[in-house]
Amino acid sequence: MRSRSSISPGWTLLLVTTLLVCIVAAPTFGQMPDDGVITFEDTVQVMVAAPTSLIATDHKYDDGEKIDLQWVPSIDDLPGIGTVVGYRIYRQDDGGVAEVIANLPAKANHYRDENTELGHTYIYSVAALTDGAEFMSNLTESISPEREWIDFSKRYLFLIALLVGGAVIYFIEIARRGKKLFVRKIAGLEAVDDAVGRATEMGRPILFIPGIQDMDDVQTLAGLTILGRISKTIADYDTEIFMPVSRSLVMTAGREIIKSSYQTAGRPEKYSDNMVTYITDEQFGYVAAVDGIMVREKPATVFLLGAFFAESLILAETGNYIGAIQIAGTARPAQLPFFIAACDFTLIGEELFAASAYLSEDPKALGSLKGQDVGKAVAMVIIVVGVLAATMGQAWDISSMNSLVDILKTIFSTS
Amino acid sequence: MRREIPLAITGIVGVVFVVQYFIPHFPFSRMNDWFSDWFSIVQACAIWLGALNLLKISAQKIAARKSDWIYSIVIVACFFLIVIIGFIEGESFRGQGTAFSWLYDYVYTPLSATMFAILAFFVASASYRAFRARNFEATLLLGAAFFVMLGRVPVGDMLTAFLPDGYRLSALASWVMNFPQAAGQRAIMIGIALGIVSTSLRIILGIERSHLGGE
Repeated sequence: MRSRSSISPGWTLLLVTTLLVCIVAAPTFGQMPDDGVITFEDTVQVMVAAPTSLIATDHKYDDGEKIDLQWVPSIDDLPGIGTVVGYRIYRQDDGGVAEVIANLPAKANHYRDENTELGHTYIYSVAALTDGAEFMSNLTESISPEREWIDFSKRYLFLIALLVGGAVIYFIEIARRGKKLFVRKIAGLEAVDDAVGRATEMGRPILFIPGIQDMDDVQTLAGLTILGRISKTIADYDTEIFMPVSRSLVMTAGREIIKSSYQTAGRPEKYSDNMVTYITDEQFGYVAAVDGIMVREKPATVFLLGAFFAESLILAETGNYIGAIQIAGTARPAQLPFFIAACDFTLIGEELFAASAYLSEDPKALGSLKGQDVGKAVAMVIIVVGVLAATMGQAWDISSMNSLVDILKTIFSTS
Repeated sequence: MRREIPLAITGIVGVVFVVQYFIPHFPFSRMNDWFSDWFSIVQACAIWLGALNLLKISAQKIAARKSDWIYSIVIVACFFLIVIIGFIEGESFRGQGTAFSWLYDYVYTPLSATMFAILAFFVASASYRAFRARNFEATLLLGAAFFVMLGRVPVGDMLTAFLPDGYRLSALASWVMNFPQAAGQRAIMIGIALGIVSTSLRIILGIERSHLGGE
């Protein structure tokens, strides 16, 4: 006799099949397929809440090419649960079809659209993505990007530049009126004449290396301005100079400078284009060639003035090995220790930029150095005030000091 | 006029570049890109000046049989080899399996790496000279370098394992790098920034002309 509570084989088969399907499908919840493509057929849809409070705003202080989006992520975008695998940004351009413009990871809550055009109107929406489904937010109000004339986010930088630039121009004007300005002695530059004289006495050449950057680098420019001063002394002393370069434009500029110096010294016939030669743009190819020149020609004096990278120590040590007197200068802090260790004199950072003015003894140029000192004095005062405020604010929890630190951070923050 | 025109161009372009940094509006917004493109074009054209100069000097050296003229033959031969292969292989000369990339990967790169590797020996000889305790400052430098180097390798912490975590050599090394070293480096950076402003103003105002020659 059949029991009334028994289940028919058909129902049993259906139940077992359903259970098996659940067991097999369970691990796929909240996972992205290996190939990164979401397929509706392979996965089981999970309902999640859509992102909310989506706002589109025109990006401030740009040329009308950016719109910022912000939203509150889905409430199901929780750490460790993983039902939301990311967000997809849609954009309607001038009422057209909504197009995907970006896919973002989970937890994202903002996006900057940097491909907008002036005069166009855009509507955005953001979808929370699960494995196989999208849950759309509301649409934004239609928005058009706008362009601005002044970038007010750089106002503090502008004021600082105005202060430093104004101080430089003021002291140039003071110097122009004949006021004597004190400039401290820079040992490396005091030694330039001696170094050139040494080469003359020894009858050996002078090697000038202007770094490995092109004319668009201010350090190269600073190196070449110093060359302008040094080459005059070299031409006066009738010493031989050799300048291997790694950039063609530096070669043409270097030739022009040395040629003019020889003409000024009244020895144009002594100048030769072979004094300045191009080697190669390749960093270590250039180093190999210059090292070879140093070892073969044994220059009495080596100037290393400009932008240097890993080659700085290779060049300076080779110069040291051949017994040359070496004057180096760079504005790359990472290379300064190498020059200090291997060279006789090193122009540290700002000294490289001051060198030309210092050597020229032109009052106007020296005035610019004074203006630079004003900038340094202001920086020193602000650093001391900032350090004191931060220390007092943290040690005794003085809110006014913490506010002062915040103000200084706002003014001097570069990001 | 030979000097006035470059000075005028430098002054105008300098001012425009300062201004464009604070104005996001077209055409100022695009100026940086335009000038970069123009510079790249000038640079690309100028490379021929350099290459021709290199060939000229090498050829002169070979013709006059000057000392080490044999190396000039190597320069000329390598120059033409790489240029000819580049032209033969056309636009895809940088692709995988090309003769150009083979030369780059198996000739240029090892030679370049060899030059770079020499740095290790030069660092040793320069450090030896720099760390000689001749005076107070050099002794201070030696001491700081000793502890920083020891703190950067596992043996430093092994030697000071008996100390609490924050007082071991690695912590001391990090402190030296993060505070005294960073402070000194930032002071140099501030000086450099002001030096650049001052130099730029001298060039823009035409006070600094020695880079044009003759001053």
